[in-house]
Amino acid sequence: MEILIPILSAAIRSGTPILYATLGEILTEKAGVLNLGLEGLMLLGAFSGFSATMVTGNPWVGLAAAVCVGMAVSALHAFLCVTMGANQVVSGLAITMFGTGMSALLGKAYVGETIRGLGILPVPVLAKIPLLGPVLFNHDPLVYLSYVLVGLACWFISSTRWGLTLRAVGENPRAVDAAGLSVARLRYAYTMVGGGLAALGGAYLSVVYTQMWVEMMTAGRGWIAVALVIFGIWNPLRAAFGSYLFGGVGALQLRIQAAGTTVPAPLLLMLPYILTIVVLVGISVRKGKGILLGAPASLGQPFHREERD
Amino acid sequence: MKPRLRIERRLEVPSWMNWSIPAGAVGVALAAGAVLLSLLGVSPLAAYKAMIQGSLGDAWGISETIVKAIPLTLAGLAVGLAFTMVVWNIGAEGQIVMGALAAVAVVRYAFVDNSLVMFSLMFLMACLAGGLWAGFAGFLKARWNVNETITTLMMNYIAILLADYFIYGPWRDPSSLGFPMTTPFPEAARLPVLGGTRVHVGIFLAVGLAILFRVLYRWTKWGFELRVIGNNPNAARYAGINDLKNVVLAMFLSGAVAGIAGMTEVAGLQGRLQPGFSGGYGFTAIIVAWLARLNPMATILVSFLLGVLLVGGDTLQVVMRLPLASVQVLQGLILFCVLGAEFFRNYRIVFIERGE
Repeated sequence: MEILIPILSAAIRSGTPILYATLGEILTEKAGVLNLGLEGLMLLGAFSGFSATMVTGNPWVGLAAAVCVGMAVSALHAFLCVTMGANQVVSGLAITMFGTGMSALLGKAYVGETIRGLGILPVPVLAKIPLLGPVLFNHDPLVYLSYVLVGLACWFISSTRWGLTLRAVGENPRAVDAAGLSVARLRYAYTMVGGGLAALGGAYLSVVYTQMWVEMMTAGRGWIAVALVIFGIWNPLRAAFGSYLFGGVGALQLRIQAAGTTVPAPLLLMLPYILTIVVLVGISVRKGKGILLGAPASLGQPFHREERD
Repeated sequence: MKPRLRIERRLEVPSWMNWSIPAGAVGVALAAGAVLLSLLGVSPLAAYKAMIQGSLGDAWGISETIVKAIPLTLAGLAVGLAFTMVVWNIGAEGQIVMGALAAVAVVRYAFVDNSLVMFSLMFLMACLAGGLWAGFAGFLKARWNVNETITTLMMNYIAILLADYFIYGPWRDPSSLGFPMTTPFPEAARLPVLGGTRVHVGIFLAVGLAILFRVLYRWTKWGFELRVIGNNPNAARYAGINDLKNVVLAMFLSGAVAGIAGMTEVAGLQGRLQPGFSGGYGFTAIIVAWLARLNPMATILVSFLLGVLLVGGDTLQVVMRLPLASVQVLQGLILFCVLGAEFFRNYRIVFIERGE
């Protein structure tokens, strides 16, 4: 068991950025908006979190800045998809292109710099529990925040009035409209919350995990998060499990490389991407065509108030 | 009487809007880019002027723009074919890489000192490699409804890492002094170039395929079936159109055409494989397809315009020391504006008098 602890603990840490993005995307998709811009949002978050931390010296300011940037850019996605009724797939791709380019353009000056980001803060008492303590409660505050958010999201979606509205706006926006609520306003709100969380996930990478800024540092984590939403059938708890699974594979692959193996690095680096496809095929085969039942019914479709379906 | 605005759906789209709206969108995007450039402390006028001069200012610049337009046209046609069926093939980048890998493999393992034989072999294998790479995602989509956006994207990463494996590993040129690159192609495996430029015969493939696609979409039963599946999958199923077969076939062809782009890049232009050799053509192709409204002939024109952007971006990098990422930002802005502009194509704003 002893040998497992560092690996499991690393799985939690490297899974956390993916988890934030996945949680955000679950909220956005539950509201019926598909945001494929996660990769770009994460990169913008990583860059803005890093630069704001460097300028102010306070990692919390950096994280807050990342959330604000994520919300602002995803508001653009909401504008195109909700107000203008644009194609959500292509708009998401545009966000990713823009975010990748923008973070690289502005981030040029920050490559090679270092910051003092968030450190480890063991939870008193809980960290002393054998096995569970070091795996779950010997991390930075953002990991704990993600635990809280997963619980909160589960509770919010399934047992609150607001959560019911959220599910309704993704399943049947016309009903929400008839109930006198603004579909557009709700979709804006959840797209922005989702974008903020994705950017926070990106900022976790630069401000906490590596404490440096590298171009394209998310390396496809945003896309993995999109896949994990499907893997988790839009359930935050399952999504958390998936994120840690991927975090674990990433951590394991680093360890194998460090241990000196004859397997060439590019082949090891493929693992998370291959796993994504395998997991996605697995879940789709099992559910058959019924996988769509897990997806919000109006996902990806613009809502026009004045038109009949 | 206070005038009031009302937004209503257009019943018919005036034909002048087909070109003026994308053109307007690009204009707005360039204006937004200008604001951004001035915020970065660069004069936008000087920057745009440098871009135009670099890409269209002389014969060499124009030829370089065409060099970029060749893979863009091919990849744009590839992506457009899948998009016509509302199958989101985001994996052109990976399919380009697979096509290039196939070409290198042919030269490495089946070299014959005859240009025609080499060209045919490379062409076939590149089609097959790109086609199977995309067709696999198409099969998963058609058979089990596996989300193709994600599978094609993940396969991009896998293809690029596979290329890295070969370039750094078994295929590395022993005489490259440790640089990661494959052995240069022998003369017989190189595509001929036009005049003193770097424009290779891939240009004929690109234009020829665009015409072929046009004929396919417009005048064949299969092209009609593709459009029906894209516009109304339920109607297609009801009419007995086999969507499983068609999705797999369309993805295979889409990947095959992207694979050709990879082959012409490596055999026509670079003559060997190096890390990051495609440089994002597969992603830019998405903008090409969308700007061209999936129209094959418009794809050629749009590819040329985006070629101007890419060559201009290279000039910016040299002349104004702006990172290449600024081109990516511009591309993102163009895509945003094109998407937003669709609204004005589908809807019109009318002023109405109260009491009407």
